[in-house]
Amino acid sequence: MIDVAEVQGSEPSVRAPEIAAGAYRRSRLAVLGPLALAAALLVLVLGFALTQGAAAIPPGTALALLVQRLPFVHLGVSAPDTWERIVIDVRLPRVLAAALVGGGLAFSGAAYQGVFRNPLAEPYLLGVAAGAAFGAAIAHVLPLPTGSYGFGWVPLCAFGGAAVAVLGAYLVARAGAAVSNATLILAGVAISAIFGSVTSFILLTGGQRAQPVFAFLFGSFNTASWERLLIGAPYVVLGALVVGAHGRILNVLQLDEEQAAQLGVDVTRTKLIVLAAASLVAATAVAIAGVIGFVGLIVPHAVRMLFGGDYRRLLPLTALLGASFLVLADVLSRSLLAPQEVPVGIVTALTGAPFFLYLLRARRVDGLR
Amino acid sequence: MTAAPATAAPTTVAPTVPLLATEDVCVDLDGQRVLDGATLTLRAGELLGLVGPNGAGKTTLLRAATARVPLASGRVEVAGRPLHALSPRALARLVAVVQQLPEAPTTMAVAELVLLGRTPHLRLLGRESARDYAAAGEAMRRAGCARFAGRALGTLSGGERRRAFVARALAQEPALLLLDEPTANLDPQAQGEIFALLRELAADGAGVLVVVHDLTLAAAYCDRIALLHSGRIVVAGAPEAVLTAEHVRRAYGDRVEVIRHPRSGAPLVVPAVLEDARG
Repeated sequence: MIDVAEVQGSEPSVRAPEIAAGAYRRSRLAVLGPLALAAALLVLVLGFALTQGAAAIPPGTALALLVQRLPFVHLGVSAPDTWERIVIDVRLPRVLAAALVGGGLAFSGAAYQGVFRNPLAEPYLLGVAAGAAFGAAIAHVLPLPTGSYGFGWVPLCAFGGAAVAVLGAYLVARAGAAVSNATLILAGVAISAIFGSVTSFILLTGGQRAQPVFAFLFGSFNTASWERLLIGAPYVVLGALVVGAHGRILNVLQLDEEQAAQLGVDVTRTKLIVLAAASLVAATAVAIAGVIGFVGLIVPHAVRMLFGGDYRRLLPLTALLGASFLVLADVLSRSLLAPQEVPVGIVTALTGAPFFLYLLRARRVDGLR
Repeated sequence: MTAAPATAAPTTVAPTVPLLATEDVCVDLDGQRVLDGATLTLRAGELLGLVGPNGAGKTTLLRAATARVPLASGRVEVAGRPLHALSPRALARLVAVVQQLPEAPTTMAVAELVLLGRTPHLRLLGRESARDYAAAGEAMRRAGCARFAGRALGTLSGGERRRAFVARALAQEPALLLLDEPTANLDPQAQGEIFALLRELAADGAGVLVVVHDLTLAAAYCDRIALLHSGRIVVAGAPEAVLTAEHVRRAYGDRVEVIRHPRSGAPLVVPAVLEDARG
């Protein structure tokens, strides 16, 4: 005999609105708190990075030189003109470029992971970075009408290369409606190899014009400048806004395509829009700083572990923490063998590749969502 | 309570208009004719069991009803409107589907999954309103998953997981609910509970179409049964009229037998007693 009273007793008397409140409503603090913390962390990291460099400028003076540029601030700092030029025209654009690129790479990684439902998708492993580097190399070598726009063609050509790479990897890995996780990454590796060798060929035969491309094969902020920053930033912001607008739909896409379609989502169109926008962000990052791997892998995963998988929170947090991560990685790349510089791509690969191996080992690739 | 019943149709459908009508629907998949003139009608308040042997085209008929496969010929109407006249979002507000093996991240909480059911009611940049939370909460209460609303999908039993996806479908507040083998791999008690829930939803005015392999279960709970064989509905009607020895044997073969329930008289479909079977 089943004890009826006991069976009934196991059903707690919870009413629907209470369930809704308990299960969904995060307090305002719980939502905004992590964002505020991540933003505060970025400000601290940026300030710290500004004080680091080859020139022996006292940290306090370096910050004061920046702060007194703000309107209505008069600190009366007396420092040599060269110090001011180093802080404002060398360190500041470099640090901000690292933040923009780090945020962009991490953000686009999260977007690719969302579209492909693949935990390993990120610009470097998908071949997007190599494709963008190829496009950027072409832009440097071709006699494009540069004129006043200067660096302006580079992100656009990089975007072309990135788009070809991501569509290539996607089409190779697609079998019917399903996209195999492992095949997608393997296709990305092959596409990386193809684009990488062509880019090397361009470098070796391109002569003088190809010189700037050498630096960004391993990723570096050596060539960061206000010009690159100001031309690149709008592309990154535009792409990020388009991806960000799809945060809730990316949550729906974490279900299988059939369910997403039956919930009224135009799956193919949404994927194409988000892929294009994410690729614009990643390609601009590559155009500014070259190929920097694994940022798009480490940062979104860390955010997921800490704050869960809701893309509406994941995307902004990933951007902020990715920015901090790469600014610190760049400081490390400048100071490890100072005065010599280690390309920042080497620093991120040394931290990111072991993490990639950990993901492969600890969680089965095809089962991991 | 502010929550409307989860099954209330947001678009009013006149009771005389069938919620789902397929007419001579033919579908080809990979050059193979899967549906070959399937005609079926489902009205509000009705629980209809779609039965038939493996490969008869049951899942394809469900997909045809939600514009997920192209029709070679024939027509499908939902709530009196042809499918092509409905936008994907409008269709998703009328019809909800529970697939056979739906996927979702194992770390997603039940409540998060159910809230995704509100998608057809939200615009691209829209945020869930109190109304959406209430509808999702009501859907979880009805589907019996309120008590594990906060748990991750990866920690649920088979039956609990099924309820979570049914709740996700109910959160759409559909007029028509299509389920593909919602009782597969469940123990007999859990199977009965799912069907009891479907009965309740139909009693509240929803149209429910359920693909089911267990003919005895279908006979026990469904108002009507439609028997699909080789891509067409060979017979539809009351369980006693459809599940006759003749119909069942023609569709399935000679290894099944129909007897009657000793108390209710409902058809029981059991393995046939043949020479190579024990006893």
